[in-house]
Amino acid sequence: MHWNSLGEFLAMGNHALYVWGSVLVMAALMVAEPMLVSRGRKTLLARLRRQYRAERSEATRSRASTTLGSKA
Amino acid sequence: MTERAINWFAYASPQTFYPLAGKLIPWFWALAALFGIAGLSIGFLFAPTDAQQGEGYRIIFLHVPASWLSMFIYLVMAFWAGIGLAFNIRLSGMMASALAPTGALFAFLSLWTGALWGKPMWGTWWVWDARLTSELILLFLYIGFIALQAAIDDPRRADKAGAILALVGVVNIPIIYFSVKWWNTLHQGASVSLTRAPSMAAMMLWGMLLCALACWMYSIAVALMRVRTIMLERERHTDWVRALLDDKA
Repeated sequence: MHWNSLGEFLAMGNHALYVWGSVLVMAALMVAEPMLVSRGRKTLLARLRRQYRAERSEATRSRASTTLGSKA
Repeated sequence: MTERAINWFAYASPQTFYPLAGKLIPWFWALAALFGIAGLSIGFLFAPTDAQQGEGYRIIFLHVPASWLSMFIYLVMAFWAGIGLAFNIRLSGMMASALAPTGALFAFLSLWTGALWGKPMWGTWWVWDARLTSELILLFLYIGFIALQAAIDDPRRADKAGAILALVGVVNIPIIYFSVKWWNTLHQGASVSLTRAPSMAAMMLWGMLLCALACWMYSIAVALMRVRTIMLERERHTDWVRALLDDKA
């Protein structure tokens, strides 16, 4: 281990702002990106399921109306 | 006979690639975590202090991987875009679109960590020198690619327009890479070169390479996640997507 104490590690030889500023932003963005992607995926899945359901019910309704029409 | 040969084009079909990518993603996340923990512990806990730059040099373990990936992802993106343009393979355009945001992320991180490194070492956040400016242009190329594709409704035409932009932009990659040789820049020369021994301590080098591998695995994982979403969106009228979503409903 290179460091003698936690304080020394955090101070980064008077470069704490620069080193930890890099680490924090990089970590935050690399956590945020996959979260955004998986949220986008969930939104898309919900939208497609809704769309398919709507199309299916539309199809059954139009089938029902054509059979009714032929009987009349 | 011919039946025994692997049909590589089979994997180019979204229907085959979608479940394959789904199986691969957790493995790439695991590798990214493994390399990341190893690289960051070496870099931040065990690597010695730099003789000239003190502890501030440790930004290298983030900055160099981010910069490498920003350039490498661009090459891969342009490669897929070019394949898509030449052979009209659906998957290629989707791959290119999936890579662009991750590439832009790394280009931004390269500039961000570079600015935070430049301030204590050079006394300035930013200079308009060749290396920094060409990396900024790379970020703009990614943003341009994303914006251009978003502006065109028909995905096939968006792919073609994006591909041409991506291919023209490839010229910027050697400019970034060799800028420190071709021009007098404030930016230091290459940390690692294939033609000579590395100019850094072995432990620093290993930390940096492991961090780069972690970023690499991260990029593959997140690009595969994104390409799966793009596939569902673009193939939503096909039977395989309907069947897939009906099963899971």
